[in-house]
Amino acid sequence: MTALALEHIHKSFPSAEGPVPVLRGVSMTLAPGTAHALTGESGSGKSTLLHIAAGLETADAGDVRVAGTALGALDEAGRAALRRGRVGLVFQQFNLIPSLNVAANLAFQARLAGRYDAGFVAHLTARLGLDGLGARYPEQLSGGQVQRVAIGRCLAARPELVLADEPTGNLDEATGDRVLDLMLELTAEAGAALLLVTHSPRLAARCDTRHHLRAGLLEDTA
Amino acid sequence: MTRATFVAFLSHWWRNKLQLAMLLAGLALATALWSGVQALNTEARAAYATAEALLSEDGAAQLEHPSGQMAQDRFVELRRAGWLVSPVLEGRADLGETRVTLIGIEPLTAPPGAGPALAAQDLEGFVAGTGFAHPQTLREIGTSALDLRPSNAVPVGSVLVDIGTAQRLLETDRISHLTVNPDQPAGLRPLNEVAPDLRRIPPGEGAELGGLTESFHLNLTAFGLLSFAVGLFIVHSAVGLAFEQRRGMFRTLRALGLPLRVLTLALVAEMLVFALIAGAAGLVLGHVLASLLMPDVALTLRGLYGAPVPGALQFNPQWALAGLGMTLAGTAIAGGQALWRLWHLPVLAPARPRAWAQASRRGLRVQAGIALALGLVALILALRPEGGLVAGFALLAAALLAAALAVPVLLSAMLSVAERRARGPLAQWFWADSRQNLPRLSLALMALMLALAANIGVGTMVASFRATFIDWLDLRLVAEVNVLPANAEEAARLEPFLAARTDAVLPMLRIDATLEGQPGQVYAMKDHATFRDNWPLIAPVPQVWDRLAAGEGVLVNEQLYRRAGLDPGADRLALPGQDPLPVLGAYPDYGNPLAQAVIALPRFQDAYPGAPVRQFALRTDNPQALIAALQDEFGLSAAQITDQAQAKELSMAIFERTFVITRALNVLTLSVAALALFAALVTLAGMRLTQLAPLWALGLTPRHLAGLELARALVLGALTLLLALPVGLMLAQVLLAVINVQAFGWRLPLQVFPGDWARLALWAGLAVLAAASLPALRLWRDGPAQLLRGFAHER
Ligand SMILES: Nc1ncnc2c1ncn2[C@@H]1O[C@H](COP(=O)(O)OP(=O)(O)OP(=O)(O)O)[C@@H](O)[C@H]1O
Ligand SMILES: [Mg+2]
Repeated sequence: MTALALEHIHKSFPSAEGPVPVLRGVSMTLAPGTAHALTGESGSGKSTLLHIAAGLETADAGDVRVAGTALGALDEAGRAALRRGRVGLVFQQFNLIPSLNVAANLAFQARLAGRYDAGFVAHLTARLGLDGLGARYPEQLSGGQVQRVAIGRCLAARPELVLADEPTGNLDEATGDRVLDLMLELTAEAGAALLLVTHSPRLAARCDTRHHLRAGLLEDTA
Repeated sequence: MTRATFVAFLSHWWRNKLQLAMLLAGLALATALWSGVQALNTEARAAYATAEALLSEDGAAQLEHPSGQMAQDRFVELRRAGWLVSPVLEGRADLGETRVTLIGIEPLTAPPGAGPALAAQDLEGFVAGTGFAHPQTLREIGTSALDLRPSNAVPVGSVLVDIGTAQRLLETDRISHLTVNPDQPAGLRPLNEVAPDLRRIPPGEGAELGGLTESFHLNLTAFGLLSFAVGLFIVHSAVGLAFEQRRGMFRTLRALGLPLRVLTLALVAEMLVFALIAGAAGLVLGHVLASLLMPDVALTLRGLYGAPVPGALQFNPQWALAGLGMTLAGTAIAGGQALWRLWHLPVLAPARPRAWAQASRRGLRVQAGIALALGLVALILALRPEGGLVAGFALLAAALLAAALAVPVLLSAMLSVAERRARGPLAQWFWADSRQNLPRLSLALMALMLALAANIGVGTMVASFRATFIDWLDLRLVAEVNVLPANAEEAARLEPFLAARTDAVLPMLRIDATLEGQPGQVYAMKDHATFRDNWPLIAPVPQVWDRLAAGEGVLVNEQLYRRAGLDPGADRLALPGQDPLPVLGAYPDYGNPLAQAVIALPRFQDAYPGAPVRQFALRTDNPQALIAALQDEFGLSAAQITDQAQAKELSMAIFERTFVITRALNVLTLSVAALALFAALVTLAGMRLTQLAPLWALGLTPRHLAGLELARALVLGALTLLLALPVGLMLAQVLLAVINVQAFGWRLPLQVFPGDWARLALWAGLAVLAAASLPALRLWRDGPAQLLRGFAHER
């Protein structure tokens, strides 16, 4: 079974001069345990595609299947439930809940999904180098630490699909590389599929498959 | 450059019209409530001044007989002795459709004043029977036999006529009192030799409307101020929001090299323009509000104090300017913080909501300290109750401010307890998040708490008063029928008839008197079971009724008892023309602004032989037959006879009127507080997107989030109401035990009405829901589109 299947996705946004097409028939398939990179120029529609995959936005046409479930058949509540149980999201910023401390943030999605496992969370915490930070609040963390907590929180819920939108975009190169390493390692360990949006060809090169978005269409490279 | 700055500034408001509306509405409402109340006060005070200027410009002394009237010869006698005095006759008479106070003057001898000036316009006509009345009185009278002309110089409810006309209409040849011209020839025989039985009343006394009604106006002012403060909460949150949202723009403008001075100037100019626009709208609104309330205020003042206040409002630039001044000052206070933050804005500051929260946690500790200090001040003031009305209000202000400041501290504590006890992840987040956002809501919640406490406090006070008043009326109004004789002759004719036809005739006689330096009256009381069995007494001496009947002492009303600090059994009270009598006890006398003393009927008749019977209270088994007989055999008009039910109705009507204004202001204050909460929630909604977006990404629907936002508002509202309850009861207790005693002279027991609280809780819940529903609805409806932006943008 595939973790994510996109078929002929179309999406345009309204503007003063009429609808502007952003995605014009995008298809891709992610098998469990594989890592995919998505690159493209700024404004090419990478985030839009990711949002559609997560059910945060709906496509104008085309099919989206997450772990075998077609999003088109779901309403907002159904999509939210799917996100809760099967998808992990990591964004460039505003990932953490500012009013909860690190420990609560780490456990949050897993508890929401009813899949909380203290041992697993402890394991992730250690792996992510977050030991001793549990009582801190997000704004008391460095950028790299924040992103590691976001990754830990997403993986703690054992999702089948991880969607990451420039998760290291705000970090310096060395820190970004370390965080990404961890992310690749841990998603592979968990057997989840990863779709990683990035501007960096160097980071993209470390994934199994690369997709390049141009003029609303994918140009795939192995 | 300045132009470009302004364009940038204004573009913000153009894109945030709701916020602009909120800011203007807040300012306009604050101005309206404040200036409306001031308009009422100004109008009433102008009416008192009119009343006092009618008989004399500079205030003339008066000569009175203890019986309240004298023969006209006394005037002639004093003129012969060289004294420049002038006769005045006052009395109630039916005229046209209504009952008015006739004021008869003698224009040739009267000292300079508004009344004589009117008469001088057409002296012949005046002496021949022309009169003057306020236009409103003229409308109430309709058509009458008198030729009446309109004049604003005559107090409402009065008609100014020549003394001869007044005597004719009142069917008497006597006069009420004499005015003494301030300028007298030298070398006259002193008054106490020429007329030893006449009492000289210095100018200004006797007609102390200003003093009597002061507490009423102070009450109004306090309410106006409260509403104004609550209105400022709205302005504060709107200005604060506009600042938060434009933080990025300010930063960019600064980075582009715009001097801080120009930015400051632009902000100040912007607020000034808003203040002027909203202030003008508020004045109009305030005038409308005051016009709507004026008839009730006038009725209250007439009912409670007999103050002649017109029911219509005149525009007065004085309160308009004062209102605008308050608006500008209020805007400066509300906007000051924004300016302060502008000056301290780091050119590159990341948005850190928790840093904000932590800074305000330090602020919270300071706030708790101030609250504690103010609470102590209130406690000290409460333990020393002899400070007077101003001290009473100071106590209220300190206690309310302390309670308001304590609100965020207590709410924060309550929320953190809830957070620690919460089990599920969502519940945990709910409480933690509520606590984090508390600082941004705390001003609005403080306003809500004040409004709720005011509602509970004033509501409890009114309800307690009402319950006590009804019980008291039942005891007081035991006479089945009351008859008002038109004059002394009719009274004399009625008395034997009544004695034969009823179980008891209780004549009511009184004289006006100054008691312990206060304007007051002395009443006669016939010894009868009606009084012995029914009158509740405060601190009576043993055998109080027997001693009173024997003429051994005097009863005083609660007002006099408290104001003069009389101690029954130990103190004596001086009455006109008598040796001081021992005080035997005090009786409640709600709604009466005057001091009152009661002595036995025989003693009264000995001391004041000329005083006429003003009313007969009658005990009978068959009131209907008695009323019919009085109408048939004596031709008494319906207005001269009241039965028990009518009397009660009349008293209750006066009571209800007293609190119409209070209730109206109560509702207004609560509405303004709901608006303040709305403004704060709209503010918050804009800033919360980045806080809510992660939850949405984690699998909560916008609908669920919107529901949680509503629930949060309700929970905060409920907790605020919980805090408002004790504050409201404290307020009621202070009103009943301190303010009422100081202002009115009576003390009432506190009674609790939980049913009213339930009703208030319902209203408050609706208000909170109304305030929270628009932001929640927006989140629900355009949730995804909005929330996506939460990831994309920094605020
Ligand atoms: N809600 C929206 N309304 C209108 N246009 C939108 C909206 N969201 C995105 N767009 C447009 O769609 C296009 C794709 O946007 P998207 O955010 O997917 O780009 P991206 O590839 O993620 O860019 P970047 O690398 O800068 O993040 C852009 O031209 C953007 O302006
Ligand atoms: Mg993007």
